[in-house]
Amino acid sequence: MSLRSDLNIIQNWVAPLSQVLDLGCGQGELLSFLKENKDCKTYGLEINEDSIVSCVEKGINVIEHDLNDGLKHFNDASFDTVIMTQALQAVDRPDVLLDDMLRVGKEAIITFPNFGYWRTRFFLMYNGRMPMSKTLPYNWFDTPNIHMCTFHDFEKLCRTKNLTILERTVVDNHHQESLAIRLWPNLLGEIAIYRVTR
Amino acid sequence: MPQNIPADSVGVITPQVATFDEPLKLRSGKTLQSYQLTYESYGTLNIDKSNAILICHALSGDHHAAGFHSLEDKKPGWWDACIGPGKVIDTNKFFVLCLNNLGGCGGSTGPTTINPDTQKPFGSDFPMVRVRDWVESQARLADRLGIDKFAAVIGGSLGGMQAMRWAIQYPDRLHFCAVIASAPKLSAQNIAFNEVARNAIIKDPNFHDGHFIEKGVIPKTGLMQARMLAHLTYLSDDGLGEKFGRTMQNDEVNYSYSPEFQIESYLHYQGEKFSNSFDANTYLLMTKALDYFDPAQYTDHDLTKCLSVAKCKFFVVSFTTDWRFSPERSEEIVDALIAANKDVCYARIESEKGHDAFLIPIPRYIKLFGAYMDRVRLELNL
Repeated sequence: MSLRSDLNIIQNWVAPLSQVLDLGCGQGELLSFLKENKDCKTYGLEINEDSIVSCVEKGINVIEHDLNDGLKHFNDASFDTVIMTQALQAVDRPDVLLDDMLRVGKEAIITFPNFGYWRTRFFLMYNGRMPMSKTLPYNWFDTPNIHMCTFHDFEKLCRTKNLTILERTVVDNHHQESLAIRLWPNLLGEIAIYRVTR
Repeated sequence: MPQNIPADSVGVITPQVATFDEPLKLRSGKTLQSYQLTYESYGTLNIDKSNAILICHALSGDHHAAGFHSLEDKKPGWWDACIGPGKVIDTNKFFVLCLNNLGGCGGSTGPTTINPDTQKPFGSDFPMVRVRDWVESQARLADRLGIDKFAAVIGGSLGGMQAMRWAIQYPDRLHFCAVIASAPKLSAQNIAFNEVARNAIIKDPNFHDGHFIEKGVIPKTGLMQARMLAHLTYLSDDGLGEKFGRTMQNDEVNYSYSPEFQIESYLHYQGEKFSNSFDANTYLLMTKALDYFDPAQYTDHDLTKCLSVAKCKFFVVSFTTDWRFSPERSEEIVDALIAANKDVCYARIESEKGHDAFLIPIPRYIKLFGAYMDRVRLELNL
């Protein structure tokens, strides 16, 4: 079974036999991989009806739950890793959710699109309109991405909350790394994958 | 009468009766010396008896879950929408068992049965039974049929409580547990609704302390009131609005207290129908079993601890407009299962049908339930 490359980076950061919670688990690809290859105990939260059916078909523990309702029903430190891919920018309060992720989990793995990517900056400067791209395909009025941020913004939030960034990988929209991206991540990176802890 | 038996129906079914002479000690301390259970089964039990599914019925249900008793029947069994060849609970693959619970009035021993000690109907002398007593008697029926372990135990509402109780009481005897539109215990509001219903029955002059059969009467008015109230709580405001609105039977008001709005005559019809077919003592007993159900009371009111003994996988479903067993109540079960590290899938199905939604083939519900049952088959190689 081959995983999408960003999910492959994430699975590398999850230890075998971990308890894993995936916020917005989609069709359960990552959890399925972690369950089968690393014997992880996994739960996924999802709101998309078809995705929930896909998870059930795969035998993934899937719970219908809106992330905007928080994680208050989960006990403190009940998971080793809490994962959230491409959803941070779409929730009502990313800062509150981040706190909650690190309350229920010992570590959090988060991916989000970088609003500081040069093409995004260029789009706004050149067109004078809210940027749209392959990674950000929505209009300003119908986008679910209501809290866009740059890598610098996210890292500042982590510093404010005294969170430790354990690892960070910055990739382009094919989820590939490069030397240039490593040199100027906030300018050249499109998607970041962070591993943070309190 | 069904013109033809539909292709996806289990067809014409004859209920069966199993008699038990081994006394059953009840939670209340009383003992049933002997009893009989009336049940139906659909599909074929495989050679290693690994494809059995137990369906637990709710308050007013019985063993007749699917198919027809005769070609004259107007309606099929109460969960025919989900049980049959090619349906969600596929009788081509599974052997499906459903019994009338003890204390019921569908054929199993209950208040309408003749008490061997007095040679009169038990009436209100029939001992109160708890959910755990039902599970115990269901397990004995499974023993009788040679079923060591159910592929799944499935129930909605009070039936969901039985399924949950199975997971706690007989953790080695089921692989999967489906708890639909249910709750870990009733709320004060729920108990209150049950009490209003019971009070209506008990205060009916024809109740005669529960020995009305001997007097040749039934507490019809009380039972009607009870059913009208309960039925209303199974539906949602939106659902009622959509179905009836303020539509009247006649165009003009007639300044009378007889039913004028369609919702009024609908409720009267429901009450009338129910009071002619259901035993008042059974109604009292079933509502008490509901009120008493609280498995976590034995584990310091810690539901996680209570469910930690379970070994099966769980499927939990709730419905958005169900205010009798609201999604939040199902989510209490889900949260406890996650905290206990159990496998669980949960969905909150959008529906305007209130509590009754669990009986209705809502497309999303059916699709998800079907996917879960396919998974059951896959994991058990059935």
